[in-house]
Order: sequence, then C-alpha cells, then structure tokens
Amino acid sequence: MRQRTLTPSVIPGPALNAADVLIVGGVIALLAFGVFLALDAPADLTGPDIRLAPVYLPWYTTFSVLRMAAAYFLSLLFTLVVAYAAAHIPAAEKIILPILDILQSVPILSFLPVVVLSLTAILPEELALEIGAVVLIFTSQVWNLTFSFYQALKTVPNDLGEASSIFRLNPWLRFRTMELPFGGIPLVWNSMMSWAGGWFFLMAAETFTVGSRDFRLPGLGSYLQAAADTADMRSIFWGLAVLVGVIVALDQFIWRPLLAWADRFKVEMVEADEPPTSWFYDVWQRSRAAGWWTTRVQSPFVEWLDVRAARRMRAQNENAAPPASAPRFVRLILLALFAGVLLWGAYSALVFLAQVSMDEWGAIAVGAGASFLRVLFALAIALGWTLPVGVAIGMNPRLARVLQPVVQVTAAIPATALFPIIVLIFVQLTGGLNVAAILLMLLGTQWYLLFNIIAGAAAIPRDLVYTSQTLGLRGWQRWRTLILPAIFPYLITGMITAAGGSWNATIVAEYVTFGGQTYFATGLGAEIAQATAVGNYPLLLAATLTMIAIVVAFNRFFWRRLYRVAQERYRMD
Amino acid sequence: MNTTNHTNNVLVELRGIGKFYGRGQRETRAVENVSFQIRDGEFVALLGPSGCGKSTLLRIITGLMPPSAGEVLYRGKPLRGVNEHATIVFQTFALFPWLTVEANVQVALQARGVAPAERRARALKLIDLVGLDGFESAYPRELSGGMRQKVGFARALAVEPELLCLDEPFSALDVLSAESLRGELMELWTSHTLPTRAILLVSHNIEEAVLMADRIIVMDKDPGRVVTEIQVALPQPRHRKEIHFLALVDRVYAAVAGETPVEPYVRMGTAPNEPGKTEMLPHAPISAIAGLVEYLAEEGKRADLYYVGEKLSMELDELLPAVEAVELLEMATVTGGDIALTALGGTFAAATILARKEIFAQHIRPLPMFRWIMNELQRAEQHRLPLDFFLNVLESEFTAKEAERQFNTAINWGRYAELFEFDDDRDELYLTNGSTPAAVGGSTASAK
Repeated sequence: MRQRTLTPSVIPGPALNAADVLIVGGVIALLAFGVFLALDAPADLTGPDIRLAPVYLPWYTTFSVLRMAAAYFLSLLFTLVVAYAAAHIPAAEKIILPILDILQSVPILSFLPVVVLSLTAILPEELALEIGAVVLIFTSQVWNLTFSFYQALKTVPNDLGEASSIFRLNPWLRFRTMELPFGGIPLVWNSMMSWAGGWFFLMAAETFTVGSRDFRLPGLGSYLQAAADTADMRSIFWGLAVLVGVIVALDQFIWRPLLAWADRFKVEMVEADEPPTSWFYDVWQRSRAAGWWTTRVQSPFVEWLDVRAARRMRAQNENAAPPASAPRFVRLILLALFAGVLLWGAYSALVFLAQVSMDEWGAIAVGAGASFLRVLFALAIALGWTLPVGVAIGMNPRLARVLQPVVQVTAAIPATALFPIIVLIFVQLTGGLNVAAILLMLLGTQWYLLFNIIAGAAAIPRDLVYTSQTLGLRGWQRWRTLILPAIFPYLITGMITAAGGSWNATIVAEYVTFGGQTYFATGLGAEIAQATAVGNYPLLLAATLTMIAIVVAFNRFFWRRLYRVAQERYRMD
Repeated sequence: MNTTNHTNNVLVELRGIGKFYGRGQRETRAVENVSFQIRDGEFVALLGPSGCGKSTLLRIITGLMPPSAGEVLYRGKPLRGVNEHATIVFQTFALFPWLTVEANVQVALQARGVAPAERRARALKLIDLVGLDGFESAYPRELSGGMRQKVGFARALAVEPELLCLDEPFSALDVLSAESLRGELMELWTSHTLPTRAILLVSHNIEEAVLMADRIIVMDKDPGRVVTEIQVALPQPRHRKEIHFLALVDRVYAAVAGETPVEPYVRMGTAPNEPGKTEMLPHAPISAIAGLVEYLAEEGKRADLYYVGEKLSMELDELLPAVEAVELLEMATVTGGDIALTALGGTFAAATILARKEIFAQHIRPLPMFRWIMNELQRAEQHRLPLDFFLNVLESEFTAKEAERQFNTAINWGRYAELFEFDDDRDELYLTNGSTPAAVGGSTASAK
C-alpha cells in the first residue's frame, strides 16, 4: 500500500558550514530589504467584501484554484531548470544545494507579513496581494520538488547513462528519454505533496488580517472565514463541502491518473504487487480521445521537438572539452556584487535591529519560549494518538482498506481553512487563544506523523511479525523489540516535517482576528503578527529572524542527527 | 579461427593505456601500460579476475572514459570522445524500462538522426533478426532475462557498429538462456550476417571465452595489466567436451590463476602506513575458504582448477579470491592450472571448529594487514579504536571503495580467528583478553 509521505532531504556534512552562513546572510539581506520597502506600506487596507451566498462560491473556488495552479506551474518550471542546472553544472550545484537546504527548513509563513507589506508598498494593492499569495505558495511548494528531481537526476543508473552516451543521445534526447522519465515518479509524488501543502498557505494568505490592515483575497479561504465570522453554519457547510469536493476531484481526475500513468517510469524490472490504479486513467486510456491525442498531437509534437533539438545540439560527448566557465573577472564581479548585497543587508538588518528595545527582545524571548512549548505539546499530542492508530492501520491491511480513504480525505482539508471554525468554538469555551493555538497547530501537523507511521508499520517485514508472534512477544515488549525500532526512521521523518509545520502554523494560530475582535496568545507568531499590525518593522524583522534561527538551528543540531541515527541504525535492508 | 575474415587491418590499437585515480601518495592504478590490437574480422576476449580493469578498458576503448595515459587509435586515428563506430551490449542490459522493445531499439537510431519511417523499418528488422518478433510493443519488464538481452543486442546492432563491445553480456542470465544466446550470436557472427567488423568480449568466464573468441587477452589485477595472449585456433562451432577445447580451457585457467610462489613471504607487500606497496587481502569469505579446502581434501588433495570451479559452481570472480586466500594461508599451492592441498590444508580440513580458528589465527597473524591492526589495538587506550581510524589509513592507500572492502575482509577474517572483536553500536574494534589466541597461547611477547 502506498502512502503519501514526504521525505526530508538531508545533505550529509557538518551541521553548519560556510555556505550555510552565506545563505542565511542572503535570507537576512532579503528580509531586511523587504522590511525596508515595507516602511512605505499603506497603514490601512480594506479587504474585499466576501459574499456568503452559495452562488458566489464557484467564483471564489476558481480564484483559489487559479492561484494554486499559477504557483504550482512556477514551481515546476523552477524545478526543471534549477534541478537540471544543479545536476549538470558543478559550479551551480555548489550554490543551489545549500540554498535549497536552508530554504526548505525555514518557516515559510513567517515571510508572509514581510512579503505582503513590501509588495503593497510598491504595487497596487490587489496585484500586490495576488503576487504575495502566489509567491508564498510557490515558496512552500518548490523546494521538495526541486530537491527530489535533482536527486533523481543524480541517481540515474550508471548503465543507462552509459547507454545513452554510447548511443550518442543529445542532451535533449537524454533528458526526454532518460532523465525526465526517471524523475517522473518522484516528480508526481512530490507534486501531490506540494499541492496538498500549498492549500495550507493559500488559505493562510487569503485570510491574512492584522489590525487595520486587511490583506484578505477573495477566495475559498476568506469565504470560510467570513462564514465563521458571522457564525453562518450553512455557509460554513457549503464552503467546506466545496473545498473537500475540489480536493477530491483534483485527486481523482489529476493526481491518481498521473500516478497510474507514471508507474511505467519505475526502474525495477519486476511487476509491482499493487500498482497504483485510477478508474479515470483506465477510462481515458480506452477512449478515442487518448488515441487521437497520442498519434495526432503528442507524437508529432515530440518528433518536431526532437528534430529541432538535434539540429541545435551535437551529440553529447562525455570527454569533449570541459564547458567553458565564466572568465575570472566576471566571476569576481559577481562575487563582489553578492558580497555587497550581503553587507548591505547585514548592515540594514543591524540598523533595524538596533531600534528594538530590550523590552521587546524580552518579549521575543518569552514568545519564543511559549511557542516552543506549544510546538512540543502539539507534537506530543499528535504522537500520542497517531502512534497507536497509525501502527494499527499500517499492520492491518483490512483496516487500512477501510480507513485509508477516510483519513486521506480528512487530512486533505487544509488546517488553515478550519481555523476560523475552531476559533469560533474554542475561544468561546476557553476564553483565549493560548490553548486553542495548540489545537490549531495540531491540526496542521498530525497528518504528517500519521502517514509516516502508517507507512512505517506497513513496511515491517512479515517474517519479523511472524517471528515476534512465535516468540510470544506481547504488549510493551512487542513495541520495544519490533514496532518502535522498525518504524523509527519513519517516525523521525514524520516528526521533522510535523515540527516544521507547527512552527509555520504559529503565525496564523497565535493571532486571530475574529468577529471584529482580535485574539492573541503569548508567542513568537503573535509577536510577528502584532508587529505587522502596528507597523513596528524593527520588531517584525527581529521576531522573524528569531523564528528562522530557532527552526534552522533545531533542524541542524537536533533533527538532522536523529535522522542520521535513524538511517544508519534502524534501516530495514 | 575465422581465417576467412582475418585480415591484418588493425581496427583498434591501444598504446600504453593507463587509468589512474587519485594523486601522489593516494594514486591507485586501475590499469597500467596496456597495449594490444583488435584486427578487422577478429573476435577478441578480455579475460581476468574482477578488479583487473577489463571493464575500465572497455570504456576507454569505446571512448566513454578518457585514459590517464597512452592513447587509443581507431583505424589509425586517435580516438576523441565517444567512438561513433562502437556500441556496447551491457551486462545489466541498460534498457529504458519505460520504453517498449521497439522504442528501445529506435532510440539508438533516432540519436543518429534517422527519419521515423526508416527508423521503424530498421528496428523491426533487427528485432526480427534476434528472434523477438511479436514482442515489439512489450516493455522490458515483461520479458525474461534472455529476451531482454536480445533487445540489448538488437539495439547495439541497429546502428551497424564496426566494433561490437560485449560487457559480460551473459553473466546476468540463467545458464540455459546464456548458452542459447551465445550460440545465436556465434551463428550471426560466423555467417557474416552482421555488418560488424570485430567483437570485443569482456568476460570472467573462461569457457565462454574459449568457446567464442579467436584470441584471449588474459589480465591480472593490482595493477590491471595484460598477462598473456592466447590464440584459440579451434574451428567453429566448438564443443565443450572436445579434448583440445578442454586442454585450452586448462591452459587459460593456469594463465589466469598464476602460480604460487615457492617462498610466499617474498611477494608479500608491506603493512598499511609503512612505505612500499600495501599487501591486499583477497576478498574471500571464510565459508568459501573452508569450503574449498574441504572439497580438496575430499577430492584427494589435488584437482584441476577448472574442474573445481565447475564442481563447486563458482564463477571465476568467486573462485579466484578463494584460491588466492588458501595460497596466502599456505593451505594449498597452485601450479599449471592445478590446485593441491598442503599438509597444513589437510590438517585444517580435518580439524574441529575451534582448532580451525586456531590454525587460521596463527596464519593470518603474520600478514601485514593483521600485524598492523593488532599493533595499533595493543597500543591504543583500552585496546579500542574506532573503525574510521583504520579506514582513514587504508583510504590513503586504496580507493575509498577498495579500502572499505579490504577492511571488511580483514574484520571478517579477524573476527573468525578471534583476534579482535567488533562493537557495532560504537563502530569500534577492540581486543578482549579472553578472546585473543595470543593470550590463550601465552605468547604475550608478540603483543609487545
């Protein structure tokens, strides 16, 4: 049984090296630049009027899906170009890999305020917000896509590479017949993951409001929020139904068929026991349209491309002259420019940070501690229920068949879409956001854990299960000797992703504008949101940087080590 | 010999070819000073144990890999880049799993800019030739190993190469498929149906080489070099049971296995970290060493290597390391393609499990590798050292891959002999007082 799991890509090597420092410097420079622009951001922004009548829903849905699609195609384009460059040009590889590695662990949502503020300062409001949303979704989707395609390109089997050299495939043919198909399966899987993750950020971007600045965009997210605001149960129901419908439809009509189709790209020379299937794909395959498409559109187009490419490229020749590198002075100039930007960024960041008072730093520290505890709680609660449930599902194929679709549909609902509804219930019950925020974070992150645990439990070899049965292992002993070690690598993978997700969620979970009132909890996310609301830019930069530093440091010094142990000690092969 | 085909036109000429990895102290020589020719009309086999660089040579000849020294001439001209007149049939088939049989063959033609209609016609003709008609639209994973390799042949032949290179093409197949595919290839080759001018076969299967080739180039390792060339002047088709055939197989075995030097210590290299060339351990598992010795004891202490290989159904790349190991441990000697058990070997075969360990320990202890490991462990605090300590030293002498293999073999042997123990959790080697035969035998002097 296939599971949707996201594997974090971990580059071997020291926890932090010179390249990393440069990249972090670059990120700081970028943020400082954003904050610099944001100084001119308008103080008041009026959001769109969200109409709750169901007739408007198709429009809102279309807007939301278009934003997602735009961001996804940008990500795909970026992936094909950047991963290809990284895999083929050593100099590019040295720069691109550390960037990807840092950026994939940064809490993307912490960028949201800076991105939208700086964009509204220089662009018309609506355009700025649209671009902001697309940029945000793009940054949430692109890293794992690029990483997985890069890794596929780097692990093309040696013999296939040699075969394409000896048969003198030009770079285009090589890409089309070997590299792209080889990366096909990871690309489809990661596209699914990226798309699922993208909903979370789309909803966040569509509903983003702080103080008198209403950054909302017309879409499904803001529809749901508006519905919750007025406690309009009928609209909440309609909104959720449409959202789930869209997600299920995309799954059935795009992702499942793609998966079934991509199965041909696996390298294993044996037939899979349970290849991915799709009824829609089967229907399409049998249809006349499919035949027409292949013979009339696809084949001639590909042939046309092949001929064009062949004219432009000589056969790939492995030991022909090495590709000319840029002249020395060009490289020096580029380096100097980069260093200049870094220095400027560091300087302006320092200028901003110097304006942050000691009290504010204290607040940031307290907030960081509170958010950290909240992340821990969310993880612990998630672990508490997903571990037994995941193992039960994973080790019991019959249970899995029944529960899997239910779990997948439930998990597909982006947590940010549910926030307004949760707030509607919980704020009234507990009177504040401090506890509710944990629940909000939990919603966003438990699924990563659950899916990884299911995958791990399903991968426990049957003979080990039988052995532990014949040995009479029961209860805690069975967990300790069989289940926990076997699922450990999956557990760690799930926890890394879940922890990252929790940090991301802090910004939207710790500060909520609801029913005209603003609720906030003590936390780093709330600090960021509040700084955005009142226009305290130095504080905004300080809090954002603090969050990035905490998450990156944790990834490097804690998770990465644990992940390595998991890979070395508890691998099942 | 294919006398009809045989002319003196030289197709490929290798002049002083070398392939080195690393630099200075760390340099390893995969292939050194190899020179030979492949003539028009010839079927040449490149034969040798694994690690002798025969696959590397094939990649240098086809231009997939540039040599570090020397040059390759093709029809008298220095080869630059991939040789467009050569193709390879790969051991692993190297088919694109997502392309049909026909598309796999077509890709090779497409890369050369053949138009679609002609591409299709030529591909179908070749698929027909190798006997795969009816399977054009099948995917490789639907085919058996033998059929997959037929696709490999069809693809290689589709571009009408002058030089057809076969990189152990039959070794991944089952015995029957391999034999029938060999027969079919020889039929095509001897009947001149192919536009191919010469075939180069890389193999570690001696019989296969004698069965097919006109000339066998025998290589040895450390560094990879040509030992000798043997002409195979038997008419085609050849028969495995025929007396001349068997005599030639025996001769090739003798050439490949070499001879045990009279005084084994003379040829021993130095220990790691000492000046001079470090002696390598043959990568033979204990089970193979013990199995070989036991088998020889049953067989009356002396046997044809060729016969041993067949009886134990060991391929050359398994048999040779085991033979090397028993030579190193002085349990057997090799002369003229025969292997004979020594008195020590006889004792070992008859000994109990514990006594075997004792004998084994005594004979590996003087080997440079073990001398070095034991000395370092004796000197270390608590007689414990991390694996990386040893690996780092070995990596300065061998390639990273070979260093790891050397060390794995050393750990494997040393643990069996109970010279030292290995802590998997902490990745450390350590000495235990009770477990070293040195302590048991009371010969603590050697420890100092």
